[in-house]
Amino acid sequence: MTTRPVTRRTAVLGITAAAATLGRPHVVRAQSTGRIVVVGGGFGGAACARALKRAQADLQVILIEPNAVFTSCPFSNEVIAGLREIEAQQFGHDKLAAEGITVISQAVTTIAPEQRSVLTADGVALPFDRIVLSPGIDFHFDALPGYDETTSEKMPHAWKAGAQTLLLRRQLEAMDDGGTVAIAIPANPSRCPPAPYERASLIAHYLKTRKPRSKVLILDAKDNFSQQRLFEKAWKELYGDMIERIGLSQGGRVTSVDPSTKTIVTEFGTYTPDVANVIPPQRAGHIAEVAGAVDATGWCPINPVTFESKLVENVHVIGDACLGGGIPKSASAASAQGKACAAAIVSLLAGRAPEAPRLTGVCYNTVAPGYGFSLADNYQPKGDIFAEVEGGATSPVDAPRELRAREAADAEHWFQTITADTFG
Amino acid sequence: MAALVNVPTRAKRGDIIEIRTLTSHIMETGFRHTMDGAPVPRDIITSFTCRHNGAEIFRADLFPAIAANPYLSFFTVAKESGKFEFEWIGDNGYSSIASASIIVE
Repeated sequence: MTTRPVTRRTAVLGITAAAATLGRPHVVRAQSTGRIVVVGGGFGGAACARALKRAQADLQVILIEPNAVFTSCPFSNEVIAGLREIEAQQFGHDKLAAEGITVISQAVTTIAPEQRSVLTADGVALPFDRIVLSPGIDFHFDALPGYDETTSEKMPHAWKAGAQTLLLRRQLEAMDDGGTVAIAIPANPSRCPPAPYERASLIAHYLKTRKPRSKVLILDAKDNFSQQRLFEKAWKELYGDMIERIGLSQGGRVTSVDPSTKTIVTEFGTYTPDVANVIPPQRAGHIAEVAGAVDATGWCPINPVTFESKLVENVHVIGDACLGGGIPKSASAASAQGKACAAAIVSLLAGRAPEAPRLTGVCYNTVAPGYGFSLADNYQPKGDIFAEVEGGATSPVDAPRELRAREAADAEHWFQTITADTFG
Repeated sequence: MAALVNVPTRAKRGDIIEIRTLTSHIMETGFRHTMDGAPVPRDIITSFTCRHNGAEIFRADLFPAIAANPYLSFFTVAKESGKFEFEWIGDNGYSSIASASIIVE
């Protein structure tokens, strides 16, 4: 129950609600000062659950996540390129449980925002005062004819880390020297906008060292991309003409795929690469749709101060699933949003007005071992979205290799810090 | 870069087919000014034509509001085998052509 001041009217409503509850034996009402359910144990959800418990120890915080092990997307491109093992990407939620967060290893099947109740796959209904959804992305298969879950076994997306990451790695390892690896990149909004280009770079590194006659072909639904000048300079410097990119205005947008022949069709061409890494268009994770928090864009409109859904009450949406405006969909942004959302919820429960958050999103790209660059930007609520504000910085395009080496080391430190902060 | 065209290589008589074209062009509006205040002269594609075996089947007039690298997609009915010819004409004597063949069965 919230600690909103009780008027005669809300007291009456409270009694009605309690009476209604009696009819449903599975539902047990929260006893503490508040009960918050967080759905999704990735960078956003885990950071939010932790921040809630740390901000207010008597808050009952429940984290629902079907996977016992979380596999991080940041640094998974290094796994694909054989520079790192998948175990280094995997984290559990034990430390969160040790801090008093109830971790439930179940999938959510239904969310009833008005009844403030969430149902898990084992049939248990959990009541909540507020629910935070951090479901990440799902794929918008309708937007790419020929692509679905089955196709992804042949033409992996590797855009959710885990088995797909390893599948793409095995396909690269099995490819003969002289082959072509195609990477199909969707338009924005999508998860981690610069990551496809980091992937192209690290795959080129693998090919250069193991299969030097091979090529990387990027088929891109965009003309311009994040940190483009930095990437293009690095490609020229490190990989010569190994990486070819066909952008939107050269006809690079992928319109369909055919898994039987491993064919990728663009608006103006047809390609049959040896390895096809097809990153499909994306949408908010399925759970957000279950809650009714998704609009026609496929994403979740929110109030950027509190992360409350604009479509359903008592529901907050953080991370890749929300319509963040200028803020990119990244682990760093999800973590910052999780913490800001936790602070807003604590304020709302106490009847205080939440403060407008200032979020920082950081993005490191490693294009070869010992060669990295970065982008950091600040964002604040502006109207319905987040807008970029002053104070951001991108690595210089002309910089000595020592700086690139230092930034590659910084990237590794960033990963250790954010994963320790979230799961450690 | 030359213009890109995408026409099905084969079609059944009576089929509705999609034709896509894309040409690289800056499409400078003529409404912008340099840092010194001097106007940047207009430089756009003004017309696009598609002919099938010599007969015009599609035409478009283009204006300054159209973005760089104009992409045009349109539909027609496959009637007979032959050649599609595409022509873009613009400011400063700009002219570009492309062609594609189709077999109609």
